[in-house]
Amino acid sequence: MTARLAVDIGGTFTDIALEREGERWTAKVLTTPAAPERGVLEGVRAVLGKAGLGPADIALLIHGTTLATNAIIERKGARTALLTTEGFRDVLALGNESRYDQYDLNIELPRPLVPRRWRLPVPERLDNTGRVLLPLDEEAVARQVAFLRAEGVESVAIGFLHAFVNPAHERRAAEILRALWPEVPVSLSSEVSPEMREWERFSTTVANAYVQPLMARYLGRLEAGLREMGLGCPLFLMLSGGGLTTLETAARFPIRLVESGPAGGAIFSAHVARQRGFDRVLSFDMGGTTAKVCLIDHYRPQASRSFEVARVGRFKKGSGLPLRIPVIEMVEIGAGGGSIAAVDGMGRIQVGPESAGADPGPACYGRGGERPTVTDANLLLGRYDPARFAGGALRLDPARARDALAAEVGGRLGLSAEMAALGVVEVVDENMANAARVHAIESGKGFEGRTLIAFGGGGPVHGYRVAEKIGVRRILVPTGAGVGSAIGFLRAPVAYEVVRSLYQRLAGFDLAAVNALLAEMAREAREVVARGAFDAELAESRLAYMRYVGQGHEIPVALPARDLAVADVAAIRARYDEEYARFYDRPVPGSDVEVLSFAVTVATESEPVEPVAEVYDAPAPPPSRRQAVRDTASGEVADWPVYDRDAVPPGATLPGPCIIAEAETSTLVGPGWSCRMDGMGYLELTQEGAR
Amino acid sequence: MKETGALAAIQRQIQWNRLIAVVEEQAQTMIRTAFSTTVREAGDLSAGVFDLKGRMLAQAVTGTPGHVNSMAESVGHFLAKFPAHAMRPGDHYITNDPWLGTGHLHDLTVVTPAFRKGRIVGLFANTAHIIDIGGLGMGPEARSVFEEGLYIPIVKCFDRNRPNETFFDFIRAGSRTPVELEGDIYSLCACNDAGIRRLVEMMDEFDMDSLDPLAAHIFESSLRATVEEIRGLPRGTFAAEIRSDGYEAPVTLKAAMTIHEDRIEVDYAGTSGLSTRGINVPPAYCRAYSCFGIKCVVAPEIPNNWASLSPFHMRIPEGCILNAPRPYPVSVRHVIGQLLPDLMMGCLHQAVPERVTAEGSSALWNPPLRGGAQVSGPAAEVEDFEIITFNSGGTGARPAKDGLDGTAFPSGVRTMPVEATENVAPVIFWRKELRPDSAGAGRTRGGFGQIMEIGAKGDAEFAVNAIFDRVANPPRGRDGGMDGAPGWVGLNDANGTPLRTKGFQVIPKGRRLVLKLPGGGGMGDPRRRDPALVRRDVADGLISPEAARALYGVEV
Repeated sequence: MTARLAVDIGGTFTDIALEREGERWTAKVLTTPAAPERGVLEGVRAVLGKAGLGPADIALLIHGTTLATNAIIERKGARTALLTTEGFRDVLALGNESRYDQYDLNIELPRPLVPRRWRLPVPERLDNTGRVLLPLDEEAVARQVAFLRAEGVESVAIGFLHAFVNPAHERRAAEILRALWPEVPVSLSSEVSPEMREWERFSTTVANAYVQPLMARYLGRLEAGLREMGLGCPLFLMLSGGGLTTLETAARFPIRLVESGPAGGAIFSAHVARQRGFDRVLSFDMGGTTAKVCLIDHYRPQASRSFEVARVGRFKKGSGLPLRIPVIEMVEIGAGGGSIAAVDGMGRIQVGPESAGADPGPACYGRGGERPTVTDANLLLGRYDPARFAGGALRLDPARARDALAAEVGGRLGLSAEMAALGVVEVVDENMANAARVHAIESGKGFEGRTLIAFGGGGPVHGYRVAEKIGVRRILVPTGAGVGSAIGFLRAPVAYEVVRSLYQRLAGFDLAAVNALLAEMAREAREVVARGAFDAELAESRLAYMRYVGQGHEIPVALPARDLAVADVAAIRARYDEEYARFYDRPVPGSDVEVLSFAVTVATESEPVEPVAEVYDAPAPPPSRRQAVRDTASGEVADWPVYDRDAVPPGATLPGPCIIAEAETSTLVGPGWSCRMDGMGYLELTQEGAR
Repeated sequence: MKETGALAAIQRQIQWNRLIAVVEEQAQTMIRTAFSTTVREAGDLSAGVFDLKGRMLAQAVTGTPGHVNSMAESVGHFLAKFPAHAMRPGDHYITNDPWLGTGHLHDLTVVTPAFRKGRIVGLFANTAHIIDIGGLGMGPEARSVFEEGLYIPIVKCFDRNRPNETFFDFIRAGSRTPVELEGDIYSLCACNDAGIRRLVEMMDEFDMDSLDPLAAHIFESSLRATVEEIRGLPRGTFAAEIRSDGYEAPVTLKAAMTIHEDRIEVDYAGTSGLSTRGINVPPAYCRAYSCFGIKCVVAPEIPNNWASLSPFHMRIPEGCILNAPRPYPVSVRHVIGQLLPDLMMGCLHQAVPERVTAEGSSALWNPPLRGGAQVSGPAAEVEDFEIITFNSGGTGARPAKDGLDGTAFPSGVRTMPVEATENVAPVIFWRKELRPDSAGAGRTRGGFGQIMEIGAKGDAEFAVNAIFDRVANPPRGRDGGMDGAPGWVGLNDANGTPLRTKGFQVIPKGRRLVLKLPGGGGMGDPRRRDPALVRRDVADGLISPEAARALYGVEV
């Protein structure tokens, strides 16, 4: 077996993970935003050095990056234009005509990626069935192209009304454009996001066009750099939907790469869950700025098709640019170690979403940060050893944490700095628990019997209290939690999802039309996947997005991966009713059901996972020290033993309360919990009795 | 503070946060299960939790202001008819009484008791705007509420989880969209059930026997914070007025706002009298939008509850259009009611000019469209349809920022995609884009309105039940800013034949409906505007070079 390499470019760090025959090496280097490939190449060299391997030993490189996301957030993409149906040039500006905050008179709405002067109308019109109401004015297309060229535009999107039903006008306009201007990249709404809802579709298409030149250049440079280093292996890209794809598909639809880092984290969790055979888990990744929560059933993260990028309103829903692409469904909230705490006019402690970031960072870093953060609160509660934080790389200053908490929180509420710290941690834990609850209700799922998989710098610290709040009684803290996304990339299948809208009522289901569409979609997906599958077995799954006629929100229902027959229709209906009842108690009598769209995913079969070896009970090691810790539920201070994770043997059980320290984080085992080290070196926390 | 007291104080805050999360879940459940586009696409709804005295403890941030404290008042009416002690688990109560609910028959309010360990501990309520309730349909034409649709007094729609089949029979028979209506009622009940489940979980977790101590804490903190904000305002009485196009005659709304040390009182003396048509406003709806307008400026961060709304008092004289008695018609009360925040800001502008906006388009430009046999009889060329989309002109300029283009304010609703609308009804939107030169000029300018051109498929005959305002009375600028462009309603014929701004009108075969939505008013002297911003708007085709020169003194 040869080695596989994964690279995850994040905002601050580029993480690298290398695996070979069950062994793993990791590296972390600073991201180099101006030329991200430099950081990648440096990291690859570093990890190869650690493993004592050469470039020729690498069989596969998998890459994920936030580059596309950052280009949109920082508005550093191409000069992009949109050719659109006459009468609709302001679809991007009007959005859904609403405000995401009812009471704030000063809100900013997200600015479209294309200014109005480059959103150009072309006479043409289709109706909702794809019939031509007004033919495409080809001369008008040519005229607009001449104008855009003169304006120095670098990338063009084409978005016409109802083009997802009939792409003929979009394709013809693209032909004219390419004939006149062969070198300009073109994105069609009927290819990038062929789904109903013009704002979301155009927004996605424009975003694709906006990042395409930059991503194509970057991927080209990266490939060249790797080749130069002697890496001749195939390069795959991580998609936001959790699958891998080839370089050429990534360069065509770069918008599908936006959330690849978090997707890697979710796949990491899914893999850990599979290793332990936990088929219902909640992935909980808490970092410096945000926390991400994701429900995973049967080792597959939940899929979704809507996402918002570049939110302008403090993480508020509705304040970003909508994207309709396959993504892993998760919630991200502004709750991390660097989140700043304050007191509002009603005497309520508020935490985040504003973050002190890494610079100046929390007050206790002593780098000029004066406002209290979650990390300051954790320190004051005795959860960190000031001398050993981040492997001893950074000496924390409890006095600064105390001063900041006293000044900004305690003083305003008549609380001691320590109780203020408790309040801050309780509030941030509650915020994360609430985000998890909302995520669960939106998914029609509960927490009963779930296992929390905690990673990121903050996950293992806050995990037990969040678990208590949502009623979860088992937590798993895997190894490699600091580079979880990169490890996740190594577990991802080569996969591609195709979504198409086709309106159907179950009563009067057009089997021929549906089967033809599904077959075409399957062919398209197989073609993309085959390029990277190297003859691996392919698995295909099909979904229908359905709702009661007249309802607005669809729920996904699985279809068999073959041609549908008459008998299937009743089964699909029964399945829908079952799913609906799972989401919402009361099925609605007498309503027909309609299908809005279909999705086909083709993926390589995942490799079999070796079950974790049972280990015999081992005696617990003596604690390496003791720390006075304040419990956030009871407010009481007690001496908690502290163990070094490296010193705990597999099979050892440690009763809570205690702390298990490692270089990148600390795992808190709360009162009423106990922790056993399993055969993989994972920490399994269980709650013995509710308190 | 002793440490145990400190812990209790922190826990109360956690419980308050949780309660707000509970009502948010309640609202989200409604959006995800509702049938009417008005709820699921537009978000014309609200949700909240109440104590046994009918006082609102928390309200979902998702929702629209028209329901803010009209729903809050409503729960008291339910309790007056069905006392809490007689309620049973699984009971759901419903009404659409404009005077006991939120101001017109299209809004359903459902109240559900929450039980824990066999004892009633609180009530959940929600309100949603449904697509059709029979009668003349959404529009101003009725001369009494009896013509406006099916009137539902406060009744049980579910009795211990059993549907009241007699009730549902009446509902199905009385609406043009029976499936949606019945489905929506199920959805409203499901959303209260979701709230109840979460509330009980929360009370279990914190071992709470009653909501009363938490309610006391919420009310005390909210009132204190609201009063503190009021105390920071200059004292005095500030008067303003605003004009609406009205139906049969223009309507003047007058307000005198008195800021006291601990409360704000608004007196509407001098406001025009009642209309014979459905633009009249029931008093609860007047209070809702007045409160909203004040709260946006004075205390935007304080969550809505019984106490945070209590320092705002409205004196609405009998016989004025803002205090419509039963059975006056009230179907489109929003067209007047949504001007109230502009009126409140007209008063507050004299007290805190740096915190208010110029006037905006404000009243929604919702075209209720109908076609098929109900308009054309046997000659109909399209299937029967009844739809409404929620559209908006520009909002008023803000002291430091331009107004928002084509965005709902004060209403909190969203519009639905044209592609989705064209999939549910045989209509074609030929145009829906920003309206150049419609924004009121100013140092900061208003938001742009939009232009919409709508036809039936095959340019068949159809009808609009017009409810448009700000055509004769455009949104006014402030501090030297200019007025926004007035609205316009008419046909796409060569002469540009105008239509009436209110009332049922047929668009003849071969013609289309053209709507030009108003722009928001500007703020401050346009000649003090950054010329680079004027040039940007000219390059974007939103301001003509002539207007740039004439209004802003900028040559392009």
